[in-house]
Amino acid sequence: MSKITEMLLGIVSDWKGGFTGAFNIREDGACAGRQSSQNIKIDSKKDAPGLVIHVLPGTKGETVYIPACVTHGDVDDLVYNDFYIGEGADVVVTAGCGVHTDSEEEARHNGIHRFFLDRGARVVYREKHVGTGSGTGAKRIDPVTDITLAEDATLEMDTIQLGGVDSTVRTTRAKLAARARLLIRERLLTDGDEQAKTEFEVDIDGEDAGVDLISRSVAKGRSHQEYHSVIRGNNRCTGHSECDAILVGSGTVNAAPELWAGHTDAALIHEAAIGKIAGEQLLKLRTLGLTEQEAEEKIIAGFLK
Amino acid sequence: MLELKRISWDLPDGGEILRHIDLTVPDGKLIVVTGPNGGGKTTLAKIIAGLETPSGGSIWLDGQDITGLDVTQRARLGIAYAFQQPVRFKGITVRMLLELAAGGSLKENEACAFLAKVGLCAREYIDREVNASLSGGEIKRIEIATVLARGARLSIFDEPEAGIDLWSFSSLIDAFGELRGKLSGSLLIISHQERILNIADEIIVIADGGVRVSGPREDVLPKLLSGESFAGCPVMEGVGCK
Repeated sequence: MSKITEMLLGIVSDWKGGFTGAFNIREDGACAGRQSSQNIKIDSKKDAPGLVIHVLPGTKGETVYIPACVTHGDVDDLVYNDFYIGEGADVVVTAGCGVHTDSEEEARHNGIHRFFLDRGARVVYREKHVGTGSGTGAKRIDPVTDITLAEDATLEMDTIQLGGVDSTVRTTRAKLAARARLLIRERLLTDGDEQAKTEFEVDIDGEDAGVDLISRSVAKGRSHQEYHSVIRGNNRCTGHSECDAILVGSGTVNAAPELWAGHTDAALIHEAAIGKIAGEQLLKLRTLGLTEQEAEEKIIAGFLK
Repeated sequence: MLELKRISWDLPDGGEILRHIDLTVPDGKLIVVTGPNGGGKTTLAKIIAGLETPSGGSIWLDGQDITGLDVTQRARLGIAYAFQQPVRFKGITVRMLLELAAGGSLKENEACAFLAKVGLCAREYIDREVNASLSGGEIKRIEIATVLARGARLSIFDEPEAGIDLWSFSSLIDAFGELRGKLSGSLLIISHQERILNIADEIIVIADGGVRVSGPREDVLPKLLSGESFAGCPVMEGVGCK
């Protein structure tokens, strides 16, 4: 494993020289290490590059790590990972992707993750993205997440892009059966000329299921972000989306939330706020002794935490 | 010691809000500024903290002219300011705000002590975001706790009683008493509350843009209380309905 991979792993996953439990490390499209556990089996996908991960029913308290790193330009990595989470299991999945280039050539990772949660299963899915390196080659990460939740299943997705990614299209689709819960927390930071596009599409098909989408983003420099969410309430259900964006410098954001109620008892709410950091927030922190620059950094760090 | 010399402040349209205010806040004293709404009290507090710039006059802290210093510089010299309408932040927790105020990390029991003084249970609040999920009373108490955490030379509170329930109010009064007891720490509190007026060393009544009355509590408070039947400020003539 290269030093760059180790550096990227340190940023995007809990890497401290190793992982405990089940893991697979993907480096420039190849496998740099894999381990299954008694309850979590990781196999290579037969029809495409990627993994098939089976978590046995009733598995509790385990974490599976599947980070992917691109360490130089001229790599266009495409991977398909399928997760089958057994009935009543309760696990953490830590993905995470780092792309690095010191050359003029593009470094790209495109991860297509499919989650199939059985009845009553619970997953906390952590996904962290970062671009590094001094090269002028574009760093691109285009993740796709497809989520299918059976009755009473719950998925919490924590997705963070820390910066340095020139272009990203982040697509998340989900289908919820009865009493299933989906919580997505997105944190996004763009700077320079970076572009980021987020697409959420959630179908709430089952009775009393619910979704909560919370997106917080900061657009600095001349960067541009697009946010589009669609929540379809096809049954008695609850849906909530919240999109907050802070603009710094000449950053721009287009937020287009969409709600579709296909049932009279579908309760759907959207909140959105885009703007500069409020002057009174800066003033409050300055009365605590911070400079305007320090206050701005604290407000952004807290907002994206 | 804080001194205001002939401080004036005008509205952008030219209307005069404060006119030639002279005021002294001695070390170790608790000064309460009171008077009718719209009289310029909040503006005066903001001028001291640097949030507003006076159109005339000068401000001195311990013999140093701080009129030209900005908010940050004044905060670093030891001026703390509790907003009348506290600011909300998405993502900043009570702990983060208290630690920024204290200038470093706080142990659990230290953070707990600041919150207890304003009647909040630390376990319940310490990791909550200072956002719209907090009620007006809760955020007001957190605002006051951040100023207590500053441990500043001069702490200014703009109507701290607003939104505070009766039980928490007693501990708040105790906290003000404790702050006053600290060596060289002074307090400037804008308030209409009799219980706060009762613990003042000196009371200053601001009305019509000027200091109408000022002096030791023993002299000023009886005049204020004797005029309770008036809708306006009792020690001022021609203000309010008689």
